[in-house]
Amino acid sequence: MSEGAQTPHADEVESEAEGGPPTEPEGESHVEPVETGADAVVAALKNAGAEYLFGVQGGAIMPVYDALYSESDLNHVTMAHEQGAAHAADAFGIVSGDPGVCMATSGPGATNLVTGLADASMDSDPLIALTGQVPTNFVGNDAFQETDTIGVTAPITKFNYFSSSPDEVGDDVGTAFALADEGRQGPTLVDLPKDVTQGETTREPTKPKTPDTYNPPEEADEDAVEAAADCLMDAEKPVILAGGGVIKGEAWHELYDFATEYEIPVITTMPGIGAFPEDHELSLEMAGMHGTGYANMAITMTDCLLGIGTRFDDRLTGGLDSFAPDAEVIHVDIDPAEISKNVEADYPLLGDASEVIDQLDDAMTRAPKAEEWREQCQTWKDEYPLDYEMPEDRPLKPQYIVEQFDEATDDDAIVTTGVGQHQMWACQYWTYMEPRTWVSSHGLGTMGYGVPASIGAKLAEPDKEVVSFEGDGSFLMTSQELTVAVRENLDITIVVLNNEAIGMVRQWQDGFYGGRHMASQYPWIPEFDKLAEAYGARGWRLEDQENVEETIQEAIEYDGPSVVDVLIDPEENVYPMVPSGGDNGQFALSEDMLDDI
Amino acid sequence: MTGKLPGPSPDERQRPAGRRNEQGIRIDPEVEAEHEPRRAVLSALVEHRPGVLADVSGLFSRRQFNIESLTVGTTTDEDRARMTIVIEEPEPGIEQAKKQLQKLIPVVDVRELEPDAVQRELVILKLNGDEPDKVQAITEMYDGDTLDAGPRTITVEITGDEQKIDDAIDAYAQFGIREVVRTGYASLSRGEQPTAAVNEDGTPKQVTADDD
Ligand SMILES: Cc1ncc(C[n+]2csc(CCOP(=O)(O)OP(=O)(O)O)c2C)c(N)n1
Ligand SMILES: [Mg+2]
Repeated sequence: MSEGAQTPHADEVESEAEGGPPTEPEGESHVEPVETGADAVVAALKNAGAEYLFGVQGGAIMPVYDALYSESDLNHVTMAHEQGAAHAADAFGIVSGDPGVCMATSGPGATNLVTGLADASMDSDPLIALTGQVPTNFVGNDAFQETDTIGVTAPITKFNYFSSSPDEVGDDVGTAFALADEGRQGPTLVDLPKDVTQGETTREPTKPKTPDTYNPPEEADEDAVEAAADCLMDAEKPVILAGGGVIKGEAWHELYDFATEYEIPVITTMPGIGAFPEDHELSLEMAGMHGTGYANMAITMTDCLLGIGTRFDDRLTGGLDSFAPDAEVIHVDIDPAEISKNVEADYPLLGDASEVIDQLDDAMTRAPKAEEWREQCQTWKDEYPLDYEMPEDRPLKPQYIVEQFDEATDDDAIVTTGVGQHQMWACQYWTYMEPRTWVSSHGLGTMGYGVPASIGAKLAEPDKEVVSFEGDGSFLMTSQELTVAVRENLDITIVVLNNEAIGMVRQWQDGFYGGRHMASQYPWIPEFDKLAEAYGARGWRLEDQENVEETIQEAIEYDGPSVVDVLIDPEENVYPMVPSGGDNGQFALSEDMLDDI
Repeated sequence: MTGKLPGPSPDERQRPAGRRNEQGIRIDPEVEAEHEPRRAVLSALVEHRPGVLADVSGLFSRRQFNIESLTVGTTTDEDRARMTIVIEEPEPGIEQAKKQLQKLIPVVDVRELEPDAVQRELVILKLNGDEPDKVQAITEMYDGDTLDAGPRTITVEITGDEQKIDDAIDAYAQFGIREVVRTGYASLSRGEQPTAAVNEDGTPKQVTADDD
């Protein structure tokens, strides 16, 4: 838009009429003075360095959208559903490391964000939500589209705030942004009553900052570090458990140097995938319910477990009485409330992951004598490799499809997923080499996460390939977001591992409910390749071995959203498996072994 | 690709020596320590603004901390309020409650008070008014006050620690208690020891010094 004296809107209407979005002379960023609360919100987002906003319009948030009208530094992506907006922003945050921003109107707009906020909260993803609210004098009267958004979202946000004045709303947004980002990351929300965003103010928001009373720990106590280092040096069977905090805390270089220098095997949690290269000989990959047999053996037998940025979730630990029973636990975490919450820490090290790893490194004077242990871990790798049976032609095996996509893409390609069996195969059979390439819903297990997440991921890293593994059930929950990928011409590849079932439920029915398949089969599913075409994407269908490689190649090469509907063996189940609350050292490698547990 | 793999049968694999209990605490199987619930008085200095009480009470309910009482009131600093929260939990639960409370952004500082802390609760009782003299005698015995007296009812207040209040209620029972309301504990630590405090720059106060 030109910098002329015209009113911005008159100018805008013109350039829209000319058929193009307003353009800005390159390199020059112009700053509009703040006139309303909504302008202050926009200014605060720009101050915070936001690039993309994912949202859906609506009455109570209209002033904020209006303030975005002449804004060229912030790109708004209109999503099909607010849940999609939250997941796209969440994935943007995971991939970029900076808070993703989602927006919604009051009432149903805000409640549609709830799943995405809960998801971000469980996974400590940096996310900020801006919700419209009815004008302050209507609040409490059950006005049209009024929901107590603060009340509803309090348990699923790190911080939420009802903004009450145009003069302060910009700083409120800045604070929420800073809080989403600093310390243990997480979702924050600012509720924006319409009179506040419409109200007059000329106050420019200050630089986003956390409250003075917010002081996340940085360095761990030196004595505790010394003691932990002694424990590690004396260990005979040490193991590192790298959680999502290693990635959130950008400590992967420190982790790599530490593990390789002291030759300590590394296990990851599911959110920790990518914290350590999975092709490294010290990598034992993921432990837990569907973790590798070798990771689960190692975590059961270790005598010194160095957990970094993990909350010892029950899908990881199984039953606590059989979890790392013999291990002294060193727990590095930035959140004091995680220490000894689930598993008692013998050496609590409060602080930032990268700082504390450096401190530990300084305190170590030698490597633990763990040669035998490393050999033992290698033996377990040979004994319990991830494996599956592969028929000549059909049915196609999901594990094989995941491997083929991994082959066909770069090492830094990003994977997103839905939730179910396909998610587990995507964990197990893809070799993750870099942080921020695994984008999934861990703690909440949200079906429908994958498609919108791949939109956010692609916008955060436009030069990386993005592959989304979906289940048929998960895909059906948010497939409408494909319209957005088509509109924005995003080069993403969606792979539906189609078993015509909500397979993970079916697997549990087979294992624990006498094979009674209640409400777990989907005989009515559409043809996803055709659905994709209807949305304006490209679609392919794979039923047998014959065209696998070329189809994968075509789908990846196609410059735009593509959907490959892969009819997989509907009987295939995910193994290894530790039943819920079970003993990690007793994993089943097949269904009949479940009976022995 | 090969076929099915043999899994590790439970008796084949090495058993580690130690053990954890169901709370994930590593224990000596010989002397397994059970954590008995105990009562803890927590004092929280919080931002004085709408929604903070809901944040705190919501936290206690969703994390299933057993809360006995919660009081809240303003301080001399108009931006801060003080809460006194009494919980009954086994040791790990008390630790968690403190940490989770501290984690709430509007909560500035949290301390657990020593058993010798100054603790007071107020009770107001509405009694049948048939025997005013006897009621008066008990009220005096407990250092209480009569707040309202009429032909049919007498309303009294007693302040004290929990034991005193329990005793007073027992003593009044003979007259017929129509209604009773208790405030729950308000508490401050003794002497120079700060209860829950912040420095000028907003960081929690570590040293012993006066607060508000
Ligand atoms: C929103 C939501 N609803 C229900 C569930 C429970 N659930 C977990 S896995 C699963 C099946 C998923 O089916 P699909 O996406 O086809 O994946 P598959 O297991 O077949 O690979 C269901 C229903 C969930 N995780 N999320
Ligand atoms: Mg399925």
